[in-house]
Amino acid sequence: MKKISKISGLLVLLGTLALLLTYILPIWRIDLWAPQYPEGLSMFIWLDKLSGQVEIINGLNHYIGMAHIKEEMFPEFDILPWIMSGIIAYGLLVSFFRTRKWLLSYLILLIAFGIAALVDFYKWGYEYGHNLADDAAIKVPGMSYQPPVIGYKELLNFGAYSVPASGGWIVVALGLILIGTVIYEFKYRKS
Amino acid sequence: MKFKYILEGTLGLAIAASVFSCKPSGQGAAGGNLIAGDAAQKVYVAPGTHDEFYNIVSGGFNGQVSIVGLPSGRTLKIIPVFSQNGENGWGYSEETKPMLNTSNGFIPWDDAHHPALSITNGEHDGRWAFINGNNTPRIARISLSTFKTEEIIELPNSAGNHSSPFITFNTEYAVAGTRFAVPPDNVGDVPIDSYKQNFKGYLSFVSIDKETGKMAIKFQLKTPGIDYDLARGGKGPSKDWIFFSSYNTEQANTLLEVNASQKDKDFILAINWKKAEEYLAAGKGKMAPGKHAHNYWNEETHSATSEIINEVMTLDPADCPDMLYFIPCPKSPHGCDVDPTGKYIIGSGKLAAVVPVFSFEKLQKAIKDKNFDGEFEGIPVVNYDAALYGELQKPGLGPLHTEFDANGNAYTSMFVSSEIVKWNIENLEVLDRVPTYYSIGHLSVPGGPTTKPHGKYVIAYNKITKDRYLPTGPELTHSAQLYDISGDKMKLLLDFPTIGEPHYAEAIPAALIKDNIKKIYELEKNGHPYAAKGEKETRVERKGKEVHVYMTSSRSHFAPDNIEGVKLGDVVYFHVTNLEQDWDVPHGFAIRKANNAEILVMPGETATLKWVPEKVGIVPFYCTDFCSALHQEMQGYIRVSPAGSNVPLAWHVGKSAMTQVENKAK
Repeated sequence: MKKISKISGLLVLLGTLALLLTYILPIWRIDLWAPQYPEGLSMFIWLDKLSGQVEIINGLNHYIGMAHIKEEMFPEFDILPWIMSGIIAYGLLVSFFRTRKWLLSYLILLIAFGIAALVDFYKWGYEYGHNLADDAAIKVPGMSYQPPVIGYKELLNFGAYSVPASGGWIVVALGLILIGTVIYEFKYRKS
Repeated sequence: MKFKYILEGTLGLAIAASVFSCKPSGQGAAGGNLIAGDAAQKVYVAPGTHDEFYNIVSGGFNGQVSIVGLPSGRTLKIIPVFSQNGENGWGYSEETKPMLNTSNGFIPWDDAHHPALSITNGEHDGRWAFINGNNTPRIARISLSTFKTEEIIELPNSAGNHSSPFITFNTEYAVAGTRFAVPPDNVGDVPIDSYKQNFKGYLSFVSIDKETGKMAIKFQLKTPGIDYDLARGGKGPSKDWIFFSSYNTEQANTLLEVNASQKDKDFILAINWKKAEEYLAAGKGKMAPGKHAHNYWNEETHSATSEIINEVMTLDPADCPDMLYFIPCPKSPHGCDVDPTGKYIIGSGKLAAVVPVFSFEKLQKAIKDKNFDGEFEGIPVVNYDAALYGELQKPGLGPLHTEFDANGNAYTSMFVSSEIVKWNIENLEVLDRVPTYYSIGHLSVPGGPTTKPHGKYVIAYNKITKDRYLPTGPELTHSAQLYDISGDKMKLLLDFPTIGEPHYAEAIPAALIKDNIKKIYELEKNGHPYAAKGEKETRVERKGKEVHVYMTSSRSHFAPDNIEGVKLGDVVYFHVTNLEQDWDVPHGFAIRKANNAEILVMPGETATLKWVPEKVGIVPFYCTDFCSALHQEMQGYIRVSPAGSNVPLAWHVGKSAMTQVENKAK
């Protein structure tokens, strides 16, 4: 089996260990601005919980008939910490065996995780944005309130930003490390 | 007060005409060339940006405190203290009524004169503001994180709580001297002309808890029957002392205008309060009758409690030698101010032709050498010259108050000649004078009464307004002026109207306060016994003739908003909890024809409006604070049935959009 370089192995190990921080840092954030919220409103998504001004956002959302956002409605918060543990364990195996195959499979695993997470996030966003109460106070024909999966979107008087939070950037950083090392190991380090 | 000043003013003008051969420059309404060329720039606070200083301004006869931003002069808030305020329900809600309780029951008005900001080591610490109630002797403590009155303590054996509250070096005490000499509260029916035998000048020492700010009357000094006017705590070398100015040492009880202006000199009373503490510890104090109310606001229960205390600890100077000394001071001194170093005490004899500066060091020496000119009712009178550092000659007419900058300069207000005079303390030299519009009373330099003046501005709080603004009939706003004192010459920058009749004011850098501001009350910490911390907890309960509505408000409905089963003869208490946890989302609550006021409930707070239905019928209620796009819809009904009707108690609120979606999701 083809071994990867020590430096690649070390980078993968560091990136993997950094994932431990995702247990104490938020993964994703949604920021909202409106004329009467110059300071903005933020909601943070963690592996196992929500934080930020969720109650205030709920209070505002009820005008357009959106459902209350509650932690207990998301089974993901029970599963995500275990998935993250699995990824970390896998990463440790990669740095132990240090072969190209392990490395490539790790990248595929991480991308798969990322895609799955974003699809799940999209589905929830769709659900919240479209499942509106019939007797909502404010009804705008044809309007739905699905937040952007990533990036910026205007929703009535609010501007919404959806971007990774600090924990999410760690996952992104690991992804970049894996892409970099895969390219290096497969393309430049042939012999 | 004002009437008297006007009389003095007329008198003084006659004197002024004979003393000064030429008019002070720049007379006339506009201020003319006295206005700094770049004044507009210096006071312009661009939209969306903040002022540099908070100005905590007394409201005088409105019994309130104004918060003004400087240098813009914009009024930011009125804090109700001693007076009811229908605007937010202060003194009308069940929770706030006890704050205005006294030994004589509920008193919803007072005359508030002198804010004092808490200090640590003589420097502003941005924690509390204290202020006096003059008419019904009281001291209030205001939190500078909520800008709300948190505590009021009444002072027995006192009448006209004018020399109050002035604080000591580390806010150990707020002192309060009586403006009227009076017989003690338990001695009633004596002839008025038995003044000399029966009337006393009580000085109260109100202790302040280091952590909580909680006040208590530690002791009262029973001093001779003279009228105390103002006071200041010592600093640095003089930090264990406090100084009171006095008038009517003639001990007149009628036509004081003439009879209390006979003596060439009245007194400044110097008190060694550390010594008083020693005497207290040594058991020299005696408990004496002194019924007073102590009202305390609890931020967790969002309610006040009022306690009546029947006695006060009293120290009789006759039992406590070496504690009090009188210093003669020319002609009915008003202000009695201690400079930032604590070395000089400046008396302002309002009818005097000089401003005397006393030296704390010389005072100590005179006391040590027993350089006394006899005594007054058993209290040694220090020889004037022995305590005097020097006299400021020809300062102006009607000196009242003095504030300081950090460079050894003093700024004295001249009521009669209507000007501020800047002078150097050590050289006793007048440096500059500017006119004020008109007849200045108090003045304020940011940090002026502390060991660390912030300087930059002096503000004049004037007694007469006349033509300064668009006229508004016989009753006018009071006018204040802001002057730049950063250069050698004082420069007029701005006129701004004030609310009530400001007496003293303090200014403090915004940086010391604005980061500690409370924005909301946490709902979880709400300990109000009638709080409903969510719509699930809302209900209506009957206790005999009392009906308690546990109500919530949130954008944009009340829960419950339909109530039936209330009968004539019931007393209804609406306990409204604002469920919002977002800054600046108060909800109001008002009921048609309620004979009190609205309540304005802050996020996370609970407040109670008492309502006695007087007619059978449907009575609407609504939210008075434009809280949201659907504020106008935030309304409800209560049904009042005849006494003895059998309509059952019932309440509800329509299914909200939220609950509907939740049910759908399940």
